[in-house]
Amino acid sequence: MDATVTTGTEDSVWGGGNQPLGASYGKMMMWFFIMSDALTFSGFLVAYGFSRFKFIELWPIADEVFTHVPFFHGNFPMYYVAFMTFILIMSSVTMVLAVDAGHKMKQNRVILYMFLTIIGGLIFVGSQAWEWSTFIRGDHGAVETKAGKILQFVDAESGARLSLADFAKTLPEERVKHEKNDGIWFVSEGYKTSFSLNEVVEGFKANPNIVIRTEQLNEEGHKTVLDRAQSLTQLSHAVQVVEGANLIHNEYGHRLFADFFFFITGFHGFHVFSGVIINIIIFFNVILGTYERRGHYEMVEKVGLYWHFVDLVWVFVFTFFYLV
Amino acid sequence: MAHDHKLEIFRGLLKFKSNTQKIWGVLIFLSIVTTVEVALGITKPRALTHSHILGMKVLNWIFIILTLVKAYYIAWDFMHLRDEKNSLRRVIVWTPVFLICYLIFILLFEADYIYNVYKDGFLTWNF
Repeated sequence: MDATVTTGTEDSVWGGGNQPLGASYGKMMMWFFIMSDALTFSGFLVAYGFSRFKFIELWPIADEVFTHVPFFHGNFPMYYVAFMTFILIMSSVTMVLAVDAGHKMKQNRVILYMFLTIIGGLIFVGSQAWEWSTFIRGDHGAVETKAGKILQFVDAESGARLSLADFAKTLPEERVKHEKNDGIWFVSEGYKTSFSLNEVVEGFKANPNIVIRTEQLNEEGHKTVLDRAQSLTQLSHAVQVVEGANLIHNEYGHRLFADFFFFITGFHGFHVFSGVIINIIIFFNVILGTYERRGHYEMVEKVGLYWHFVDLVWVFVFTFFYLV
Repeated sequence: MAHDHKLEIFRGLLKFKSNTQKIWGVLIFLSIVTTVEVALGITKPRALTHSHILGMKVLNWIFIILTLVKAYYIAWDFMHLRDEKNSLRRVIVWTPVFLICYLIFILLFEADYIYNVYKDGFLTWNF
Protein backbone atom coordinates (compact mmCIF):
# COMPACT_ATOMS: atom_id res chain seq x y z
CA MET A 1 0.00 0.00 0.00
CA ASP A 2 1.35 3.34 -1.02
CA ALA A 3 -0.42 5.68 1.32
CA THR A 4 0.51 9.32 1.51
CA VAL A 5 0.01 9.46 5.24
CA THR A 6 1.66 6.84 7.30
CA THR A 7 -0.30 6.30 10.44
CA GLY A 8 1.63 3.36 11.68
CA THR A 9 -1.50 1.32 12.12
CA GLU A 10 -1.28 -0.81 9.00
CA ASP A 11 -0.75 -3.97 10.95
CA SER A 12 -3.33 -3.24 13.63
CA VAL A 13 -7.08 -3.72 13.66
CA TRP A 14 -7.78 -0.39 12.03
CA GLY A 15 -5.37 -0.72 9.18
CA GLY A 16 -7.92 -2.32 6.91
CA GLY A 17 -7.86 -5.66 5.20
CA ASN A 18 -9.39 -7.43 8.18
CA GLN A 19 -12.11 -10.00 7.95
CA PRO A 20 -13.59 -9.97 11.43
CA LEU A 21 -16.29 -12.42 10.44
CA GLY A 22 -13.91 -14.63 8.54
CA ALA A 23 -15.68 -14.12 5.26
CA SER A 24 -14.62 -12.14 2.23
CA TYR A 25 -16.51 -9.03 1.16
CA GLY A 26 -18.33 -10.83 -1.67
CA LYS A 27 -19.45 -13.66 0.52
CA MET A 28 -20.63 -11.30 3.27
CA MET A 29 -22.69 -9.35 0.76
CA MET A 30 -24.18 -12.57 -0.61
CA TRP A 31 -25.20 -13.45 2.94
CA PHE A 32 -26.70 -10.02 3.49
CA PHE A 33 -28.65 -10.31 0.26
CA ILE A 34 -29.88 -13.75 1.31
CA MET A 35 -31.00 -12.35 4.65
CA SER A 36 -33.01 -9.58 3.05
CA ASP A 37 -34.46 -12.00 0.52
CA ALA A 38 -35.37 -14.36 3.35
CA LEU A 39 -37.28 -11.51 4.97
CA THR A 40 -39.09 -10.81 1.70
CA PHE A 41 -40.14 -14.43 1.39
CA SER A 42 -41.24 -14.59 5.00
CA GLY A 43 -43.28 -11.47 4.41
CA PHE A 44 -45.10 -13.27 1.59
CA LEU A 45 -45.54 -16.50 3.50
CA VAL A 46 -46.78 -14.73 6.60
CA ALA A 47 -49.19 -12.73 4.43
CA TYR A 48 -50.43 -16.09 3.15
CA GLY A 49 -50.83 -17.21 6.75
CA PHE A 50 -52.69 -13.99 7.51
CA SER A 51 -55.24 -14.61 4.76
CA ARG A 52 -55.52 -18.24 5.67
CA PHE A 53 -56.18 -17.51 9.34
CA LYS A 54 -58.69 -14.89 8.30
CA PHE A 55 -60.64 -17.46 6.26
CA ILE A 56 -59.55 -20.50 8.23
CA GLU A 57 -62.85 -22.34 7.75
CA LEU A 58 -63.00 -21.73 4.00
CA TRP A 59 -59.46 -22.48 2.91
CA PRO A 60 -59.05 -25.07 0.13
CA ILE A 61 -57.44 -28.40 1.07
CA ALA A 62 -54.17 -28.62 -0.84
CA ASP A 63 -54.45 -32.40 -1.18
CA GLU A 64 -57.61 -31.94 -3.23
CA VAL A 65 -56.12 -29.22 -5.40
CA PHE A 66 -52.78 -30.67 -6.48
CA THR A 67 -53.66 -34.22 -7.41
CA HIS A 68 -52.05 -34.70 -10.78
CA VAL A 69 -48.90 -36.35 -11.96
CA PRO A 70 -47.78 -35.98 -15.59
CA PHE A 71 -48.49 -38.99 -17.84
CA PHE A 72 -50.74 -40.61 -15.21
CA HIS A 73 -54.46 -40.38 -14.74
CA GLY A 74 -56.04 -40.54 -11.35
CA ASN A 75 -55.78 -39.04 -7.95
CA PHE A 76 -52.22 -38.74 -6.65
CA PRO A 77 -51.99 -36.00 -4.06
CA MET A 78 -48.52 -34.71 -3.23
CA TYR A 79 -46.43 -37.19 -5.16
CA TYR A 80 -45.44 -34.72 -7.81
CA VAL A 81 -44.51 -31.98 -5.36
CA ALA A 82 -42.50 -34.50 -3.40
CA PHE A 83 -40.68 -35.31 -6.61
CA MET A 84 -40.02 -31.60 -7.23
CA THR A 85 -38.71 -31.19 -3.68
CA PHE A 86 -36.40 -34.12 -4.16
CA ILE A 87 -35.09 -32.70 -7.46
CA LEU A 88 -34.30 -29.40 -5.79
CA ILE A 89 -32.54 -31.04 -2.83
CA MET A 90 -30.62 -33.20 -5.28
CA SER A 91 -29.47 -30.18 -7.28
CA SER A 92 -28.45 -28.59 -4.00
CA VAL A 93 -26.28 -31.60 -3.31
CA THR A 94 -24.56 -31.42 -6.69
CA MET A 95 -23.97 -27.72 -5.97
CA VAL A 96 -22.24 -28.48 -2.65
CA LEU A 97 -20.20 -31.12 -4.43
CA ALA A 98 -19.19 -28.47 -6.99
CA VAL A 99 -18.13 -26.11 -4.19
CA ASP A 100 -16.22 -28.94 -2.54
CA ALA A 101 -14.47 -29.82 -5.81
CA GLY A 102 -13.70 -26.10 -6.21
CA HIS A 103 -11.90 -26.04 -2.87
CA LYS A 104 -9.76 -28.87 -4.13
CA MET A 105 -9.19 -27.03 -7.43
CA LYS A 106 -10.55 -29.87 -9.53
CA GLN A 107 -11.82 -28.03 -12.58
CA ASN A 108 -13.40 -30.98 -14.34
CA ARG A 109 -15.35 -32.09 -11.29
CA VAL A 110 -16.68 -28.54 -10.84
CA ILE A 111 -17.80 -28.51 -14.48
CA LEU A 112 -19.62 -31.82 -14.10
CA TYR A 113 -21.37 -30.89 -10.87
CA MET A 114 -22.33 -27.41 -12.08
CA PHE A 115 -23.82 -29.02 -15.18
CA LEU A 116 -25.89 -31.43 -13.09
CA THR A 117 -27.04 -28.55 -10.90
CA ILE A 118 -28.24 -26.61 -13.93
CA ILE A 119 -30.11 -29.66 -15.23
CA GLY A 120 -31.79 -30.11 -11.83
CA GLY A 121 -32.82 -26.47 -11.80
CA LEU A 122 -34.30 -26.73 -15.28
CA ILE A 123 -36.29 -29.84 -14.37
CA PHE A 124 -37.64 -28.01 -11.34
CA VAL A 125 -38.69 -24.92 -13.30
CA GLY A 126 -40.28 -27.14 -15.93
CA SER A 127 -42.22 -29.03 -13.28
CA GLN A 128 -43.42 -25.78 -11.81
CA ALA A 129 -44.61 -24.63 -15.23
CA TRP A 130 -46.53 -27.88 -15.61
CA GLU A 131 -48.01 -27.46 -12.14
CA TRP A 132 -49.14 -23.95 -12.99
CA SER A 133 -50.72 -24.95 -16.26
CA THR A 134 -52.60 -27.82 -14.60
CA PHE A 135 -53.80 -25.46 -11.90
CA ILE A 136 -54.87 -22.81 -14.40
CA ARG A 137 -56.65 -25.31 -16.63
CA GLY A 138 -58.63 -26.66 -13.71
CA ASP A 139 -60.07 -29.99 -12.87
CA HIS A 140 -63.79 -30.44 -12.30
CA GLY A 141 -65.19 -26.95 -12.69
CA ALA A 142 -67.50 -25.14 -10.28
CA VAL A 143 -69.93 -22.27 -10.08
CA GLU A 144 -69.47 -19.03 -8.23
CA THR A 145 -72.21 -17.25 -6.29
CA LYS A 146 -72.90 -13.58 -6.13
CA ALA A 147 -71.00 -13.39 -2.83
CA GLY A 148 -67.97 -14.96 -4.47
CA LYS A 149 -68.39 -18.37 -2.89
CA ILE A 150 -67.47 -21.46 -4.84
CA LEU A 151 -69.94 -24.33 -5.19
CA GLN A 152 -68.60 -27.67 -6.32
CA PHE A 153 -70.58 -30.73 -7.38
CA VAL A 154 -70.43 -34.19 -5.85
CA ASP A 155 -72.25 -37.45 -6.28
CA ALA A 156 -74.87 -37.77 -3.54
CA GLU A 157 -74.15 -41.44 -2.82
CA SER A 158 -70.42 -41.88 -3.26
CA GLY A 159 -69.38 -38.33 -2.43
CA ALA A 160 -67.04 -38.35 -5.43
CA ARG A 161 -66.39 -35.07 -7.22
CA LEU A 162 -68.28 -34.56 -10.48
CA SER A 163 -67.07 -32.55 -13.40
CA LEU A 164 -69.35 -30.12 -15.16
CA ALA A 165 -69.10 -32.24 -18.29
CA ASP A 166 -70.57 -35.21 -16.37
CA PHE A 167 -73.98 -33.67 -15.99
CA ALA A 168 -74.33 -30.31 -17.72
CA LYS A 169 -76.97 -30.23 -20.44
CA THR A 170 -76.24 -28.95 -23.85
CA LEU A 171 -78.90 -26.36 -24.52
CA PRO A 172 -79.67 -24.91 -27.93
CA GLU A 173 -78.27 -21.54 -26.97
CA GLU A 174 -75.51 -19.60 -28.48
CA ARG A 175 -72.90 -18.10 -26.27
CA VAL A 176 -70.94 -15.27 -27.73
CA LYS A 177 -67.77 -14.10 -26.15
CA HIS A 178 -67.92 -10.40 -25.48
CA GLU A 179 -65.28 -8.58 -27.45
CA LYS A 180 -64.05 -5.05 -27.00
CA ASN A 181 -65.33 -3.97 -30.38
CA ASP A 182 -68.99 -4.80 -29.75
CA GLY A 183 -70.10 -1.96 -27.56
CA ILE A 184 -68.64 -1.48 -24.15
CA TRP A 185 -64.94 -1.32 -24.88
CA PHE A 186 -63.75 -1.30 -21.28
CA VAL A 187 -65.47 -4.59 -20.46
CA SER A 188 -63.88 -7.74 -21.68
CA GLU A 189 -64.37 -11.40 -20.94
CA GLY A 190 -61.28 -13.23 -19.90
CA TYR A 191 -62.22 -16.70 -20.93
CA LYS A 192 -65.20 -18.64 -22.15
CA THR A 193 -66.25 -21.63 -20.10
CA SER A 194 -67.20 -24.88 -21.78
CA PHE A 195 -70.74 -24.69 -20.35
CA SER A 196 -72.95 -21.73 -19.65
CA LEU A 197 -74.40 -21.26 -16.19
CA ASN A 198 -77.82 -22.11 -17.54
CA GLU A 199 -76.62 -25.42 -18.90
CA VAL A 200 -75.05 -26.35 -15.58
CA VAL A 201 -78.16 -25.38 -13.61
CA GLU A 202 -80.48 -27.30 -15.94
CA GLY A 203 -78.23 -30.33 -15.82
CA PHE A 204 -78.17 -30.15 -12.03
CA LYS A 205 -81.96 -30.01 -11.85
CA ALA A 206 -82.28 -32.98 -14.19
CA ASN A 207 -79.99 -35.21 -12.10
CA PRO A 208 -81.42 -35.81 -8.62
CA ASN A 209 -78.36 -37.60 -7.32
CA ILE A 210 -76.04 -34.59 -7.47
CA VAL A 211 -75.49 -32.35 -4.49
CA ILE A 212 -73.36 -29.31 -3.80
CA ARG A 213 -70.20 -29.10 -1.78
CA THR A 214 -69.43 -25.71 -0.25
CA GLU A 215 -66.13 -24.19 0.81
CA GLN A 216 -67.00 -24.44 4.48
CA LEU A 217 -64.88 -26.93 6.44
CA ASN A 218 -66.74 -29.01 9.02
CA GLU A 219 -65.38 -30.30 12.32
CA GLU A 220 -63.86 -33.31 10.62
CA GLY A 221 -61.83 -31.01 8.40
CA HIS A 222 -63.80 -31.96 5.29
CA LYS A 223 -65.77 -29.67 3.03
CA THR A 224 -69.47 -29.45 3.89
CA VAL A 225 -71.80 -31.32 1.55
CA LEU A 226 -75.33 -29.94 1.40
CA ASP A 227 -78.50 -31.96 0.91
CA ARG A 228 -80.52 -31.69 -2.29
CA ALA A 229 -82.91 -28.95 -1.13
CA GLN A 230 -80.14 -26.75 0.26
CA SER A 231 -78.14 -27.38 -2.90
CA LEU A 232 -80.94 -26.04 -5.07
CA THR A 233 -81.24 -22.88 -2.94
CA GLN A 234 -77.49 -22.32 -3.06
CA LEU A 235 -77.40 -22.88 -6.79
CA SER A 236 -80.00 -20.18 -7.31
CA HIS A 237 -77.39 -17.67 -6.06
CA ALA A 238 -74.89 -18.74 -8.69
CA VAL A 239 -73.84 -16.07 -11.14
CA GLN A 240 -71.19 -17.73 -13.24
CA VAL A 241 -69.32 -20.89 -14.14
CA VAL A 242 -65.68 -21.12 -13.12
CA GLU A 243 -63.20 -23.44 -14.73
CA GLY A 244 -59.64 -23.48 -13.50
CA ALA A 245 -57.98 -20.75 -11.54
CA ASN A 246 -56.76 -17.27 -12.26
CA LEU A 247 -56.21 -14.16 -10.19
CA ILE A 248 -59.92 -13.34 -10.01
CA HIS A 249 -61.73 -16.69 -9.98
CA ASN A 250 -60.66 -20.00 -8.56
CA GLU A 251 -62.67 -23.17 -8.98
CA TYR A 252 -60.83 -24.87 -6.11
CA GLY A 253 -62.13 -22.50 -3.45
CA HIS A 254 -61.09 -19.19 -2.03
CA ARG A 255 -59.61 -16.93 -4.68
CA LEU A 256 -56.86 -15.73 -2.34
CA PHE A 257 -55.49 -19.26 -2.37
CA ALA A 258 -54.88 -18.98 -6.11
CA ASP A 259 -53.50 -15.45 -5.76
CA PHE A 260 -50.95 -16.48 -3.18
CA PHE A 261 -50.14 -19.66 -5.07
CA PHE A 262 -49.31 -17.70 -8.20
CA PHE A 263 -47.48 -15.00 -6.30
CA ILE A 264 -45.34 -17.08 -3.96
CA THR A 265 -44.52 -20.04 -6.20
CA GLY A 266 -44.09 -17.56 -9.05
CA PHE A 267 -41.63 -15.49 -7.06
CA HIS A 268 -39.81 -18.62 -6.01
CA GLY A 269 -39.81 -19.94 -9.58
CA PHE A 270 -38.34 -16.63 -10.69
CA HIS A 271 -35.56 -17.13 -8.15
CA VAL A 272 -34.90 -20.62 -9.46
CA PHE A 273 -34.87 -19.28 -13.00
CA SER A 274 -32.40 -16.51 -12.19
CA GLY A 275 -30.37 -19.04 -10.20
CA VAL A 276 -30.15 -21.23 -13.29
CA ILE A 277 -29.02 -18.25 -15.38
CA ILE A 278 -26.34 -17.29 -12.85
CA ASN A 279 -25.26 -20.92 -12.62
CA ILE A 280 -24.90 -21.04 -16.40
CA ILE A 281 -22.72 -17.93 -16.38
CA ILE A 282 -20.49 -19.38 -13.68
CA PHE A 283 -20.48 -22.73 -15.48
CA PHE A 284 -19.00 -21.10 -18.58
CA ASN A 285 -16.51 -19.19 -16.46
CA VAL A 286 -15.37 -22.47 -14.96
CA ILE A 287 -15.00 -24.00 -18.41
CA LEU A 288 -13.00 -20.99 -19.58
CA GLY A 289 -10.73 -21.43 -16.59
CA THR A 290 -11.42 -18.03 -15.05
CA TYR A 291 -11.27 -19.35 -11.51
CA GLU A 292 -8.34 -21.58 -12.25
CA ARG A 293 -6.41 -18.42 -13.16
CA ARG A 294 -7.82 -16.54 -10.19
CA GLY A 295 -6.53 -19.27 -7.94
CA HIS A 296 -9.75 -19.96 -6.08
CA TYR A 297 -13.33 -20.98 -6.75
CA GLU A 298 -15.03 -18.63 -4.31
CA MET A 299 -17.43 -17.47 -7.01
CA VAL A 300 -18.84 -20.99 -7.22
CA GLU A 301 -19.29 -20.89 -3.47
CA LYS A 302 -21.19 -17.60 -3.68
CA VAL A 303 -23.67 -18.76 -6.33
CA GLY A 304 -23.86 -21.96 -4.33
CA LEU A 305 -25.11 -19.98 -1.35
CA TYR A 306 -27.80 -18.42 -3.50
CA TRP A 307 -28.78 -21.78 -4.95
CA HIS A 308 -29.09 -23.38 -1.51
CA PHE A 309 -31.13 -20.45 -0.36
CA VAL A 310 -33.62 -21.11 -3.17
CA ASP A 311 -33.81 -24.70 -1.97
CA LEU A 312 -34.29 -23.50 1.60
CA VAL A 313 -37.20 -21.30 0.58
CA TRP A 314 -38.80 -24.19 -1.29
CA VAL A 315 -38.70 -26.28 1.89
CA PHE A 316 -40.89 -23.65 3.54
CA VAL A 317 -43.17 -23.11 0.54
CA PHE A 318 -43.66 -26.88 0.33
CA THR A 319 -44.68 -27.05 3.99
CA PHE A 320 -47.01 -24.10 4.02
CA PHE A 321 -48.65 -24.63 0.63
CA TYR A 322 -48.86 -28.38 0.37
CA LEU A 323 -48.58 -29.95 3.80
CA VAL A 324 -50.05 -27.79 6.55
CA MET B 1 -12.26 -21.25 6.69
CA ALA B 2 -12.88 -23.37 3.71
CA HIS B 3 -10.42 -26.15 4.16
CA ASP B 4 -11.18 -27.26 7.66
CA HIS B 5 -14.65 -28.78 7.67
CA LYS B 6 -16.44 -29.88 10.76
CA LEU B 7 -17.46 -33.35 9.85
CA GLU B 8 -19.81 -34.46 12.59
CA ILE B 9 -23.59 -34.02 12.58
CA PHE B 10 -26.24 -34.81 15.20
CA ARG B 11 -24.02 -33.26 17.90
CA GLY B 12 -21.16 -35.60 17.20
CA LEU B 13 -23.26 -38.75 17.00
CA LEU B 14 -22.31 -39.27 13.39
CA LYS B 15 -18.85 -38.40 12.15
CA PHE B 16 -17.95 -38.58 8.50
CA LYS B 17 -14.56 -39.25 7.01
CA SER B 18 -14.68 -36.55 4.36
CA ASN B 19 -16.75 -33.54 3.39
CA THR B 20 -18.14 -35.39 0.36
CA GLN B 21 -19.35 -38.21 2.55
CA LYS B 22 -20.98 -35.74 4.90
CA ILE B 23 -22.86 -34.18 1.96
CA TRP B 24 -24.29 -37.56 0.93
CA GLY B 25 -25.12 -38.33 4.54
CA VAL B 26 -27.06 -35.09 4.87
CA LEU B 27 -28.85 -35.81 1.58
CA ILE B 28 -29.98 -39.18 2.91
CA PHE B 29 -31.19 -37.57 6.11
CA LEU B 30 -33.09 -34.83 4.25
CA SER B 31 -34.67 -37.40 1.93
CA ILE B 32 -35.85 -39.46 4.88
CA VAL B 33 -37.39 -36.38 6.52
CA THR B 34 -39.14 -35.42 3.27
CA THR B 35 -40.45 -38.97 2.82
CA VAL B 36 -41.85 -38.93 6.35
CA GLU B 37 -43.53 -35.58 5.66
CA VAL B 38 -45.09 -36.77 2.42
CA ALA B 39 -46.23 -40.05 3.97
CA LEU B 40 -47.88 -38.20 6.85
CA GLY B 41 -49.39 -35.70 4.43
CA ILE B 42 -50.99 -38.46 2.37
CA THR B 43 -52.18 -40.73 5.17
CA LYS B 44 -53.10 -37.95 7.62
CA PRO B 45 -53.38 -40.21 10.68
CA ARG B 46 -56.53 -39.43 12.65
CA ALA B 47 -54.68 -39.42 15.95
CA LEU B 48 -52.59 -36.50 14.73
CA THR B 49 -55.27 -34.45 12.98
CA HIS B 50 -57.71 -34.58 15.87
CA SER B 51 -55.43 -33.65 18.73
CA HIS B 52 -54.22 -30.14 19.30
CA ILE B 53 -51.29 -28.49 21.01
CA LEU B 54 -51.63 -24.73 21.59
CA GLY B 55 -54.61 -24.60 19.23
CA MET B 56 -52.80 -26.18 16.30
CA LYS B 57 -53.11 -29.75 15.02
CA VAL B 58 -50.31 -32.05 16.16
CA LEU B 59 -49.76 -33.01 12.52
CA ASN B 60 -49.10 -29.40 11.59
CA TRP B 61 -46.66 -29.04 14.49
CA ILE B 62 -44.82 -32.09 13.19
CA PHE B 63 -44.67 -30.60 9.68
CA ILE B 64 -43.36 -27.27 10.93
CA ILE B 65 -40.76 -28.83 13.21
CA LEU B 66 -39.54 -31.16 10.45
CA THR B 67 -39.32 -28.16 8.13
CA LEU B 68 -37.14 -26.30 10.61
CA VAL B 69 -34.97 -29.40 10.98
CA LYS B 70 -34.53 -29.53 7.21
CA ALA B 71 -33.79 -25.81 7.08
CA TYR B 72 -31.16 -26.27 9.79
CA TYR B 73 -29.30 -28.95 7.86
CA ILE B 74 -29.52 -27.07 4.56
CA ALA B 75 -28.10 -23.94 6.17
CA TRP B 76 -25.53 -25.68 8.35
CA ASP B 77 -24.17 -28.25 5.94
CA PHE B 78 -25.06 -27.14 2.41
CA MET B 79 -24.50 -23.44 3.06
CA HIS B 80 -21.65 -24.54 5.36
CA LEU B 81 -22.61 -22.25 8.22
CA ARG B 82 -21.18 -24.98 10.43
CA ASP B 83 -17.71 -24.04 9.22
CA GLU B 84 -18.15 -20.30 9.62
CA LYS B 85 -17.19 -18.17 12.59
CA ASN B 86 -19.72 -18.06 15.43
CA SER B 87 -20.16 -14.32 15.05
CA LEU B 88 -21.09 -14.56 11.35
CA ARG B 89 -23.46 -17.41 12.03
CA ARG B 90 -25.22 -15.55 14.82
CA VAL B 91 -25.64 -12.40 12.76
CA ILE B 92 -27.09 -14.35 9.86
CA VAL B 93 -29.37 -16.61 11.83
CA TRP B 94 -30.72 -14.68 14.79
CA THR B 95 -31.54 -11.39 13.06
CA PRO B 96 -34.05 -12.92 10.61
CA VAL B 97 -35.31 -15.38 13.22
CA PHE B 98 -36.18 -12.54 15.56
CA LEU B 99 -37.83 -10.42 12.86
CA ILE B 100 -39.78 -13.33 11.39
CA CYS B 101 -41.08 -14.45 14.79
CA TYR B 102 -42.28 -10.91 15.41
CA LEU B 103 -43.97 -10.79 12.00
CA ILE B 104 -45.67 -14.15 12.49
CA PHE B 105 -46.89 -13.21 15.95
CA ILE B 106 -48.33 -9.88 14.92
CA LEU B 107 -49.99 -10.91 11.65
CA LEU B 108 -51.48 -14.19 12.78
CA PHE B 109 -53.02 -12.58 15.85
CA GLU B 110 -54.51 -9.86 13.71
CA ALA B 111 -55.86 -12.42 11.24
CA ASP B 112 -57.47 -14.42 14.02
CA TYR B 113 -59.09 -11.23 15.27
CA ILE B 114 -60.52 -10.50 11.81
CA TYR B 115 -61.74 -14.09 11.58
CA ASN B 116 -63.67 -13.55 14.81
CA VAL B 117 -65.11 -10.29 13.55
CA TYR B 118 -66.37 -12.07 10.42
CA LYS B 119 -67.73 -14.87 12.55
CA ASP B 120 -69.37 -13.05 15.46
CA GLY B 121 -69.40 -9.43 14.42
CA PHE B 122 -71.94 -7.54 12.43
CA LEU B 123 -70.44 -8.23 9.05
CA THR B 124 -71.33 -11.29 7.11
CA TRP B 125 -69.51 -12.49 4.08
CA ASN B 126 -72.64 -13.44 2.18
CA PHE B 127 -73.79 -9.93 1.45
